[in-house]
Parts: sequence; C-alpha cells; structure tokens
Amino acid sequence: MVNKGAVGQTGEAFDLVVERGKEREFARATKSQNPEYLDDPVPVSPPTFLVSSVFWAPPGAARWGDLQLDMRRVLDGGREFVFHGPPPAAGTKLTSQSRVEDIYEKEGKRGGTMTFVVTVQEFRDESGELVAEMRSTAIETGKPPTEG
Amino acid sequence: MVTTDVTWEDLSEGTAAEPRDFGPLTRTDFVRYQGASGDFNPIHHDEEYAKSAGFPTVFSVGMLQAGILATYVTDWLGAANVRRFGVQFREQVWPGDTLTCTGTVTKQYEDGGERLVDLELACTRQTGGTAIKGWATFVAP
Repeated sequence: MVNKGAVGQTGEAFDLVVERGKEREFARATKSQNPEYLDDPVPVSPPTFLVSSVFWAPPGAARWGDLQLDMRRVLDGGREFVFHGPPPAAGTKLTSQSRVEDIYEKEGKRGGTMTFVVTVQEFRDESGELVAEMRSTAIETGKPPTEG
Repeated sequence: MVTTDVTWEDLSEGTAAEPRDFGPLTRTDFVRYQGASGDFNPIHHDEEYAKSAGFPTVFSVGMLQAGILATYVTDWLGAANVRRFGVQFREQVWPGDTLTCTGTVTKQYEDGGERLVDLELACTRQTGGTAIKGWATFVAP
C-alpha cells in the first residue's frame, strides 16, 4: 500500500558536473555517431543522459520518507525528460533534487488497483535556473507480476 | 545518417522520418549501456540471476532502447533542439532483437516565439511488437 502522504517529500540535493567523456561514453552506448555529441568540443548532452546523474547521487537522493512501495510489485511505467532550452552542455555544473510529484490510482484491466507514483528530479544551473527535469513513473500493481 | 539541417519549412503535420534499424542487440550492448548509465540491475547481465527470477535469459535495459530512440530522433532534428523526450515501456527486448525506430510529426506550432514540433515515436521489435512508445518536442529552426 503506497503512502499518499509522501507527495511533496524531497530527497537529498546533490551537485553534479556534465562531463564530455561521460557524454561520449553515453552517446556511444546508445549507438549514436552524431558529431554534435562526438566531435563538438562542448557537446550538449543526449536526451536521456541525466539518468547517469545516479553516479553523483548520495544514498539519500532517492529516499522519500515512507513511500512504502512494495518493490516486488513495481513496474517501470516510463520516463520523461523536459529541457528549458538546449540540454545542458559539457562543463555545466548542476544541482539536482528529487521529489514525489503525484500519486494516483487506476483500475487495472486484469483486476486490482494500480498505483502510479510520479517522481520528478530537477536540475538547476549555478544561477538557480531550472534547466531540466526527469520525470519517472513507477507503477505498483495489484499483485506481483509473477502471480498475474 | 545524421541530417540535422532539417528546418521548419521541411516539416509539417504527418512528416515522417526514414525508419531506421538498430541491432541485432547483444548482451555486450546491454552491459555497455549499464556501465554508461549506472543502472547495474543484474537482471540485464547475470544469466543465473535472470533465470532464478523466472526469465529465459537476460533482457535489455528499458532505458537502452529509450536511448536508441533518442539517438534516432536527435540524428533527425538536432541534438540541441530537443525540449521534451518521453517514453513508455511496452514489450521487453531480448538478445538478438533488431529494433526499428520510427517518428512522425503530429503538430507544428509556435509558442513563446519559438517554432516547435511535437512528435510521435516508436521502437518496434522484429516480431512487430512495440518495445517503446515515445513522444518528443523539438525546436524547428
């Protein structure tokens, strides 16, 4: 049972730097040969690159109080990245913080209530300007997928 | 394959990019993405672990095919022009799968002095099954 009182709770904020070598590694891992990533001396980051911010995150970055998700019943519902300008380029210093944005329920097709937990991870530059957001949706199913 | 000189005039509602195939994907592709992204869930590289969880073998990281779809669409419309990129995961992707990426303009509009296009994206397995449904918004210079 998901604790709906967790909406608005935040994780620990942390700093990160967008690095050219990491961007290059990420671009190649996602099968890109785009010179905008590989040849530009100050490349913008690929659209899904900010998932790798996990390398900078402290243990408390994704700890939102007592969300009480049952991980055996959790599916990855999707991910959305929003950029308020071009994606952050190599050398950009960012501060990131996650928060629980929304929790809502839907009736599943095969019975059982599905609970959707939307978390958003914000990325701000040194002036505090919101540069990017990564929104993740986790779905807690009515029963474990293996019992489906 | 990179054609980032596409402009506002080249696009309209219904404009589709040339579909493009990626793969066949290998276990090495999964491992390489896991190293790059920092998602080290063993279900994507540890055969014994995947089998003990009831799967026939390891399967791809959802965000790998999401990243491949992002590669496809930024090659078309430009790395610096993306303003929104979203995915919903459908079918799992397995070793040996070949993925076909497609993208179509669904809306062309101006907002806040910027010329924008909304896109519908998909990443399909060789079986015809949908691995990912995606959407994006790009600035169209």
